[in-house]
Amino acid sequence: MGGGTNSYAEFEDTDLIILWGSNARDTHPILFHHVLKGVRNGARLYTVDPRRTPTAEWAAGWLPLQVGSDIALANAVGREILAAGLENREFLEHATLGLEDYRKAVDRYTLQYAEQITGVPAAQIREFAHAYARADRALLCWTLGITEHHNAVDNVLALINLALLAGHVGRYGSGLNPLRGQNNVQGGGDMGALPDRLPGFQHVENGELRSKFERAWGVAIPPERGWHLSGMLDAMEHGELKALYVIGENPVNSEADQHRTVRLFESLECLVAQDLFLTETARLADVVFPAAAGAFETEGTVTNSERRVQRVRRAVPPPEGARDDMDILIALARRMGVALGPRGAEAVWNELRSLSPMHAGMSYARLESENGLQWPCYDEQHPGEMYLHGRLWERPVRGPRAPLRPTEWEPPVDTITAEYPLRLTTGRRLDSYNTGVQTGAFASPLRMREALDISPADAARLDLAEGERIRILSRRGAVEAPVHIDPALSAGLVFLTLHTPDQVATNMLTVDASDPKSGTSEFKASAVRIEKLGVPA
Amino acid sequence: MTEGPDPRTPVPRGPLPETPPRRAPRKVELTIDGRPVSAPEGATILQAARELGIETPTLCYLENLTPVNVCRVCVVELEGSRTLVPACSRKVEPGMTVHTDSERVRHSRKLVLELLASGVDVSTAPDFARFAERYGAQPERFAAGATVAQPVKIDNELYVRDYGKCILCYKCVSACGSDAQNTFAIAIAGRGFDAVISTEYDTPLTDSACVFCGNCIGVCPTGALMFRGEFEMRAAGQWDETRQQVTDTICPYCGVGCTLTVHAQDDRIVKVTSPAEHPITRGHLCIKGRFGWQYVNER
Repeated sequence: MGGGTNSYAEFEDTDLIILWGSNARDTHPILFHHVLKGVRNGARLYTVDPRRTPTAEWAAGWLPLQVGSDIALANAVGREILAAGLENREFLEHATLGLEDYRKAVDRYTLQYAEQITGVPAAQIREFAHAYARADRALLCWTLGITEHHNAVDNVLALINLALLAGHVGRYGSGLNPLRGQNNVQGGGDMGALPDRLPGFQHVENGELRSKFERAWGVAIPPERGWHLSGMLDAMEHGELKALYVIGENPVNSEADQHRTVRLFESLECLVAQDLFLTETARLADVVFPAAAGAFETEGTVTNSERRVQRVRRAVPPPEGARDDMDILIALARRMGVALGPRGAEAVWNELRSLSPMHAGMSYARLESENGLQWPCYDEQHPGEMYLHGRLWERPVRGPRAPLRPTEWEPPVDTITAEYPLRLTTGRRLDSYNTGVQTGAFASPLRMREALDISPADAARLDLAEGERIRILSRRGAVEAPVHIDPALSAGLVFLTLHTPDQVATNMLTVDASDPKSGTSEFKASAVRIEKLGVPA
Repeated sequence: MTEGPDPRTPVPRGPLPETPPRRAPRKVELTIDGRPVSAPEGATILQAARELGIETPTLCYLENLTPVNVCRVCVVELEGSRTLVPACSRKVEPGMTVHTDSERVRHSRKLVLELLASGVDVSTAPDFARFAERYGAQPERFAAGATVAQPVKIDNELYVRDYGKCILCYKCVSACGSDAQNTFAIAIAGRGFDAVISTEYDTPLTDSACVFCGNCIGVCPTGALMFRGEFEMRAAGQWDETRQQVTDTICPYCGVGCTLTVHAQDDRIVKVTSPAEHPITRGHLCIKGRFGWQYVNER
């Protein structure tokens, strides 16, 4: 089961909070309210981020690492915890595997070596390592700063290793929390929208579990895992994938290396898009199904970063011609000669409960009356679980022991050279979301025209004035944008968002190098250079 | 390299995770309006009175904010106390005898409501008229006095600030400050009758530290702070709460999972709030949750 191990309430009752590659103040503002309550209750907040973000302004410690050097930093923290004898030996012996391999693997990541790679002073890494290992309770959280890299899975494993070393998982107030960036990205995975899982994280390659679904659905399920998104793009490249049905996603703007995405989508025999708007993806489609707005015009559930399943309700009717995603799927299946299961959101949910043990206790009545429920929730008497992996502290351990998985740092794929001397990283701003399809519709007083954020040092070196339009070039493409001089950035680092592809098509620049395990692209690390246009600001 | 556990095999169900033991608060016995009541230690007189079904008027109090005791409409008579005490913040003590509806309490509440309404436009304060009727308040007794009437401040697309309707309850300051948002864009400026809620140097909101979360609007008890859309509909005579439907759903943006209470009039979204008692939001939202629904209307 994959999900944040803790609950928001625990952020208010812990001793140390790490936000690694996360600008939660801007990207998860209400979660950050809980973080601030924790800080006011005495928790120490650390943030690991190349930028001095609004989150960093609240932190007791800000570790300004170089983009993509996370594993070097994490391994140095792990090495220091071991070197100082601060590891939780009892927990390691009882509940984990692989400590000696890990110890060997991190041995070369001395504080000094890590300082060279990450740019974070050795003394600060040491202080951070000691604070984490010595805390009674500690929450380690991350966002896309960890996962939007070509080695995303290794980045996550490097953080998990630290929690295992310190025994900071499976206890109240201690754990590992990926802060989910979309309102149902957790629920999508929970429902089996993963290449290798059926609903409830039941593995498609487990024959017993698969046949349970086959009996319920009366169909044969392919016994092998499918492709993740980057795998699908590769399969298009090789001519193995010829038809694509895109629901509520705008990959033409949101995927890295837009030239490639457009070329591949244009090569498809059939592209179907289902969306609220005629997005750039929908414009390429052979067929477009107008959809209802999930959060406001449909019934159902979504699952948040603390694994809480909550009800979505129809507050207004969809516009003429737009239909609920589920209705479209059922109608399409019927035209293809298949009668899909029960009708209506609650009936579909109850079918899920009959097949996914971790959701079995979550009736709609309980979801309504209990402000949602956290999985796993095995039966109607089960209250749901506040935190995960308490099994690692049971004697004996229930289920398998947790392995430490050594990881090696490697630099981002798009290398910095004399020709492309600047590191471009990407992220969100407070008032906007992804490619701006939804947030573009409201008049935010905070929103300026999209600009390339650049450090004062680089702006001075390149003789750039605030607001001056420049050309940004990467190995894949070029865009023009004004510059914004931002003292939160250090020299060599520039920042763009994906929010306004009509103004700045950032993904013309980004690299499509992706993690072979998760399929996530390295949005966080492209190499660019800037050319002056000679047009005054 | 050590391989992970086989993901194909589910881990069996186990016991519930343990949470730190919480000592149940001791019960405190007191008497309110002649009736015995038992309240947990640390509760306020207001909460104990609610247990008995006694409605106490409040303007500056909210469950999700720290009490600041400024509006004085919740005052009650506590035997042995020289002055009336604010029910919203006074903690229960063993053996207290409290009167919430004595002549002295009624008189004080009436006068407070009259004084507030004499200087402030309370026409859009949802609870005010009810309280005034209950206590027979006659604000016109002080009609010749000074008022805080002043032009409405409209300096952005999302908020309207009409400080002619402001009773200085501090709720917006608390919500913008350490009780929730921790942005500190507004505070009390000035003294006495000239005290006002202000940004630093009274700059427009767009030049202030404001991040437009709307949490100040969410807690305002008088309509001094109002969503621009509601303000304009009211001005055009279109705002009609009897035609509005209220539905709870979950925000479409990040993965925190905030409950949005959607107010829709004639099948169009007109405002979004969040329930104060919800453990995730405690009534507070960010700019996207509070204002990011326009795309639904604009199709």
